[in-house]
Amino acid sequence: MMNLSKTQLLGSLSLLVTVFFIVPWLIEVSGRWDFYFTLTSVALLATASAGVWLTFYIGRINIGQGAFALIGAYTSAIMVVKGGWSFWLSLPAAGIFAAIVAVLIGLPILRLRGVYFAMVTLVLTQVVTLTALALPITNGAKGISSIPLPAGVSIAGIVLIPDFSTLENTKLAFYYTACAIMVLTFAVLYRLVHSRLGHLCRSMQQNEELASSIGVNIAYIRLLVFAISSFFGGIGGAMFGAITQSVYPSSFQVVDSVNFMLNCFLGGLGYVFGPMLGTLVLYFGWDLMFELGQYQLLTYSILLIVLIRFLPNGLLSITWAGRKNS
Amino acid sequence: MTPLLQVKNVTKKYGGLIANNDISFDVAENDILSVIGPNGAGKSTLFKMISSFVPTTSGEVLFKGSRISNLKPHTVARMGVVRTFQETTIFKNMTVRESIVVAQHLRAKATLAGYFWGTKTAQDDVADFGENADQLLDFLGMYDLRHEQASSLPQGHLRALGIAIGLATDPEVLLLDEPFAGMNHDETMHMVSLVRSVRDKKGVTILLVEHDMAAVMTISDRIVVLNFGEKIAEGTPHEIQNDKTVIEAYLGSEDDEIGM
Repeated sequence: MMNLSKTQLLGSLSLLVTVFFIVPWLIEVSGRWDFYFTLTSVALLATASAGVWLTFYIGRINIGQGAFALIGAYTSAIMVVKGGWSFWLSLPAAGIFAAIVAVLIGLPILRLRGVYFAMVTLVLTQVVTLTALALPITNGAKGISSIPLPAGVSIAGIVLIPDFSTLENTKLAFYYTACAIMVLTFAVLYRLVHSRLGHLCRSMQQNEELASSIGVNIAYIRLLVFAISSFFGGIGGAMFGAITQSVYPSSFQVVDSVNFMLNCFLGGLGYVFGPMLGTLVLYFGWDLMFELGQYQLLTYSILLIVLIRFLPNGLLSITWAGRKNS
Repeated sequence: MTPLLQVKNVTKKYGGLIANNDISFDVAENDILSVIGPNGAGKSTLFKMISSFVPTTSGEVLFKGSRISNLKPHTVARMGVVRTFQETTIFKNMTVRESIVVAQHLRAKATLAGYFWGTKTAQDDVADFGENADQLLDFLGMYDLRHEQASSLPQGHLRALGIAIGLATDPEVLLLDEPFAGMNHDETMHMVSLVRSVRDKKGVTILLVEHDMAAVMTISDRIVVLNFGEKIAEGTPHEIQNDKTVIEAYLGSEDDEIGM
């Protein structure tokens, strides 16, 4: 079905092996259990960043993914805590709800281009935060805490997903779940970009007028892409809430939205796997500079400016520079 | 027989400015009709109204009897009336072949989801598109350029690419926006024969907006002349060449005071 070349197949295989076997083994050997939480976060932030990357693909700068992550986190938390749903049902529901909100918001704002769209999305995160503070169902500033761990799933007596509260090592379980979600997200993203929708998106990114002249319903495609993008954000946010077992209005802030966008920039807007690498480097880069104390933010910012100045096409452009046109 | 395309009393006003005033003409099937006129005569505006890129203030455009004005551009394109642009409007970062392949999406039989899952229909579509693109490029004499980045093409080929993108949608009427602008005599004659063969071999009716008089006189079956937003003449190239109002509009009217 998928026409993957040998290198692509090898690449995806080594990614899967690294994520699911080598990393857990390294953590086991080194005893750095704290890395599980870090890497789980990276996987989920990368999932949300994948959505931002997709909106970049239709030529829109999206600085509002934090809003959809927050919507996803609250949707799942409310369904589990107040509705008594299974987390595994609330997870897709959170994505779908975020997508529905994206359609409603996208209808008026997706007509905007360039910096105007970016500005409106920048405000979105703050709007959702304030809404969460005001609504009774979200518990205001107290947020929703002590969310139960995901319950098990079994069909006809066969346990598909074990009850997380009975597991000895929930960190590992969350790590596997988050990585599975990330891998699935990027597989979907890769497929979207390389199927007809991706080609239509590219035509719109390069010239919306010409695209509409060849019969592309640009308003519909924009809305569809924004909904998928926000779906990823909602899923990432919902999973995050399940891991930390709490959601607050400040769980995702404007800074997070900006980071989602930076992840895409850093990894490379021309590469599907850019946001994954970008998230990893950005997250660890920040942590590694912890030693610098008060100079952490300064050094970090300077490094980012230098990177964007000298690698405008992102980190992945280093390896692919020679064969971009092949 | 009803004409393929009918422009009926179309008027466009921008505030107090009248860009087109009560323009009417018909385009017969398989004709090449040119709309000419001095700068600011309202040619481009008329063109945009026919392709629904801008709404009309009043009047309507009919294609096979149904209204195509005041809709969305993609709807009109889907009905079979497709416009091209001047050379700067292309898919810059696609190759020539990729541009043609993506322009064929209206022919797709599989759904977007079908493409995502890679169904049999979708795979057939993809194979079809590739084949059609190669045939079309061969027809336009651009086959050797198929893997070139669109942005790196010279001007003449860019024009041809624009026409190829339009043709790839399988239109019944193709609207060409100044296809000969900025070309030298040889390039113009080459483009003239290309446009003709699009009509002769593909059976596409052509409506074009143009400045280049020599080319227009050679290529057109009928000509509509606009001046200051009004239609001042319509007829065969021969009739237009001998039309007094047209000559006035282009060369200025006789002026008694300086005795010309």
